[in-house]
Amino acid sequence: MILGLYNYWIVVVLMMIGLYIVIAHGNLIKKLVGLTIFQTAVFIFYISMAKIDGATAPVLAEGISQYSNPLPHVLILTAIVVGIATVALGLALAVRIKEAYGSVEEESIQNKDNQEC
Amino acid sequence: MRDLFAVVMMSGIFGLLSASFFVAMDAVDVAFTEASVGAGIATLLMLTAVTLTGRSEDSERHKPMWALVVVFITGGLLIYGTLDMPYFGSSQAPVHLHVAPRYINDSMQETGLPNIVTSVLASYRGFDTLGEVVVIFTAGMGVLALLRVESRPGIDQTMADTIFYLMHERHLILRIVTKLLLPFILLFALYVQFHGDFGPGGGFQAGVIFAAAIILYAMVFGLPTARRVVNQTFFRLLAAVGVLLYGGVGVVSMLNGGNFLDYNVLADDPVAGQHLGILLIELGVGCTVASVMVIIFFNFSGRREFP
Repeated sequence: MILGLYNYWIVVVLMMIGLYIVIAHGNLIKKLVGLTIFQTAVFIFYISMAKIDGATAPVLAEGISQYSNPLPHVLILTAIVVGIATVALGLALAVRIKEAYGSVEEESIQNKDNQEC
Repeated sequence: MRDLFAVVMMSGIFGLLSASFFVAMDAVDVAFTEASVGAGIATLLMLTAVTLTGRSEDSERHKPMWALVVVFITGGLLIYGTLDMPYFGSSQAPVHLHVAPRYINDSMQETGLPNIVTSVLASYRGFDTLGEVVVIFTAGMGVLALLRVESRPGIDQTMADTIFYLMHERHLILRIVTKLLLPFILLFALYVQFHGDFGPGGGFQAGVIFAAAIILYAMVFGLPTARRVVNQTFFRLLAAVGVLLYGGVGVVSMLNGGNFLDYNVLADDPVAGQHLGILLIELGVGCTVASVMVIIFFNFSGRREFP
């Protein structure tokens, strides 16, 4: 049954939406939003892999024999917090670019650079 | 969508939706983190950045066809790649056959903690988590280097007084509800911090919730007022102390004759040693995450006051 892979396809679609935003939009803030969507797609991919049908959350309890895989959870848990820290760094760079160039649009930054050369 | 405010709000909703998806996928710890980070702090930071960089996107932009082509080709290849993958939810997938059974079967005897995610995070993969904490710390320092604002006492004082006055005149409900909520948020953060060994939670989530409480205070009562309550130097120190505490536990376990971050040697009983080690490093993680988030927020919004 090929439909058993549908979760991964949704991940691919989300990832490609993120990638398209990063490539096609000139606004640096929008690029960062695209990057977060891409990032979340990767998180969803890992968490989908960890899921086992009929299993529960990986907190040990009486009378439960099957748990979902805890390892991807750990990786993604830390990745989320690291992700926000790096996005904050990106936003900080965007703010500085705004102060230096007066714009966060890729094209006008490029134009300004060309004029100075 | 040209309005970046709407874009940021949508991405916040996306974060909340993915958090609910993670609950459905049994990843409670991850959902917890995503709900507080993706829907909370990330949206706030993006909003602050948008106020600094301008609210609308330039409309003079041709949409390149080749971007669409690249995206479709990459997407097609990735979907082709998934065809070989095990079906979603299958218990026989290779990812479940290696390492994970050991964590599930042995972690109770080895660390004595029911929450497997915490024991893997803090003990089995402690070295990895140390790396993550250092990355967060470095990112916080990077923001500090890029956006640092020195507070000016004179202006701060008058502004604080004005905002204080305004707050007492207006926003009565907002002010009182915030004051009522704050202790509970802080208490909840501490609960999440120290109960993380037994239920979903831990240093990462607790740090973000703790920072959220301080950010809420700063938003309602104004930045200058918050600066008087929350000492910036203290938070910069705390960020470093968190990382040092984490590394220090590793060094102490080395001095006691074990490997780096091997908690078995911290106490006479290996399980008690694991408990102590995990508690300490979660505390280090919590300190660093909370103070880095506070530092990032204060420097972002401080930039708006004194550009």
